[in-house]
Amino acid sequence: MPDGAQAVLHVEGLKTVFKVRGGEVHAVNSVSFDIKPGELLGVVGESGSGKSVTMMSLLGLLPSPPAEVREGRVMFDGRDLLKCSPDELRAVRGLGVGFIFQDPMTSLNPVFTIGFQLMEPLRRHLGMSKAQARERAQELLELVNIPDAGQRLGDYPHQFSGGMRQRVMIAIALACDPKVLIADEPTTALDVTIQAQILELIRELRQKLGMAIVWITHDLGVIAGIADRVIVMYGGQIVEQAPVGELFANPRHPYTRALLKTVPSVLGTREAKLNVIEGQPPMLTAQPDSCPFRPRCAHAFERCARENPRRRPVGPGHDVACFWDFDSNGAAA
Amino acid sequence: MFDETPIRKTLVEVEGLKLYFPITAGLLRRRVGDVKAVDGVSFSIYEGETLGLVGESGCGKSTCGRALLRLYDVTAGSIRIGGVDIAGLGADALRRMRPTMQMVFQDPQASLNPRMTVAGIIGEPLDEHTRLNRAEKLARIYELMDAVGLSRDFANRYPHAFSGGQRQRIGIARALALNPKFIVCDEPIAALDVSIQAQVVNLLEELQDRLGLTYLFISHDLSMVRHIADRVAVMYLGQIVELASREALYESPKHPYTQALLSAVPEPDPAHEANRRRIILTGDVPSPANPPLGCNFCTRCPKVMDICRKVEPRSREIEPGRFVACHLYDPAMTAGTTAAPEASGSNSLSNNNPTTQQGV
Repeated sequence: MPDGAQAVLHVEGLKTVFKVRGGEVHAVNSVSFDIKPGELLGVVGESGSGKSVTMMSLLGLLPSPPAEVREGRVMFDGRDLLKCSPDELRAVRGLGVGFIFQDPMTSLNPVFTIGFQLMEPLRRHLGMSKAQARERAQELLELVNIPDAGQRLGDYPHQFSGGMRQRVMIAIALACDPKVLIADEPTTALDVTIQAQILELIRELRQKLGMAIVWITHDLGVIAGIADRVIVMYGGQIVEQAPVGELFANPRHPYTRALLKTVPSVLGTREAKLNVIEGQPPMLTAQPDSCPFRPRCAHAFERCARENPRRRPVGPGHDVACFWDFDSNGAAA
Repeated sequence: MFDETPIRKTLVEVEGLKLYFPITAGLLRRRVGDVKAVDGVSFSIYEGETLGLVGESGCGKSTCGRALLRLYDVTAGSIRIGGVDIAGLGADALRRMRPTMQMVFQDPQASLNPRMTVAGIIGEPLDEHTRLNRAEKLARIYELMDAVGLSRDFANRYPHAFSGGQRQRIGIARALALNPKFIVCDEPIAALDVSIQAQVVNLLEELQDRLGLTYLFISHDLSMVRHIADRVAVMYLGQIVELASREALYESPKHPYTQALLSAVPEPDPAHEANRRRIILTGDVPSPANPPLGCNFCTRCPKVMDICRKVEPRSREIEPGRFVACHLYDPAMTAGTTAAPEASGSNSLSNNNPTTQQGV
């Protein structure tokens, strides 16, 4: 899959299972993808698709009694993160891979100042002195366009608005110049004008810092605006992967096509009735041995019930996990 | 949805609505100020139509929606539903009005009592306001469940057994129980996944067509509002800055805030996104406890003028049925004269009394 540039993060066959009362939930099923340096990978999916669990599994952020990463390899910096010791992982988190969580209200510690929380990774990972860390912390706040940066280092999270807290989260994630930034629905909880500011900021930062970014969201509009490549997840699996233009122009998985049709827009013609995808996403209590989208798919046929489709290429950089072929309007070879 | 006939009956008329929440301080809890959540709002809703109310967090839209059903006591202004002013109504009379006006809430988890079955939840309004016997009540509950697409088998289950979209359907069934004329939908789809949102919106529209309902649809999701609303009002910091028909608002927004808001909505089209020029607003929304002097939007407006910082703009009907509260559309401004001091008063957006335009 990587052409030319070496992937900065390579995930292969990831499987995460949650043990719950009454059985298991197979949240992530054989997920494989790459991220190249400097690119922005969008991850699209709805609740229960496994997108957040996938990313948290990479860094061991899931609590281990219920969650279990059963299989897979996550290659970062020449090491398999799934085989690293907790100390080694702690060194990767924050330094090699930055993480921005969804809800800025609950992911900042309310009893420590912003300055303290910004300086924490700097002192821990980069070994800076207090004075050096303070200076860098101020630089970081300025980088994310927070006015009066020096003064605000002494403020607490509750003294910031939602949009500003998310910027602080971004600053903390960037503090040690990570190679990869993983952002889990960072703008979902924010207003649309604040979201626009944050997206603009991310575009600027990409140009300045050139790191790879993974952006998880369910908002297709946001994906269209910032992603280079997109993976679509459903039922714990990647069902389609393509460069962003290709995905919107030529979607090949029935779920992707249906999803693109359900989204109303503020431009263009207004549909008389919204298109829906009937039914509910699956609750995966076992390793899926058939296609997870089959109950809701307009094109399902008997092979879909027997086998779980593997991803097959349909174009340059474009692959889809489906037995149906839209061009021939029949089963793919 | 509702064909344009010249004479339309007004179901809901709001005039000069104000909702101030007092801020107290000190040992004696003296009132030191007010959070001006809703600050002089006026609009009408015609029978059978959907009025969309959009704005960002903190603009006062949910507060306005709740005030419309007298879930808060108003500080000033009038709210007429079917001709009756409910703002000053006593408890008994208000209770008799309740069946005509209902609400669908935002959080499908929090708005259903987790200890009541579905049948219990949907049947509660019937217990409170009607005298149906058990058999009649059950028949009505089943009728409502059919109407919202819930299987009758679910009647004895508890809310935790359902998904978000299904819980929202239970909430809608409950709102329909008493055959209301007017329903306030307070961000009913915000907490749902994209593909489920479409299902719930289609359901709301179907029910509106079939039962002749009138909706106030409150949302921050501009793309969804474009689909469901006939007319749209945009709120900012407790005031309505623009009110227009759906096509007019989305095709040519007049108020700078509306323009910025529409410009900020990401479009699911990469080619378009790559080339678009966004209007990015700088800074944060001011506090409703301390709104700016003059126009509420003057601190962030890309087209701000001197007068905006001193004088609050009155809402004007710039075209039939189209209202904007902005100095850019003041005929005195466009005619060149800068001295047009208007006393800052209530914004009047009632369709029945169009404000007279100062002649150009």
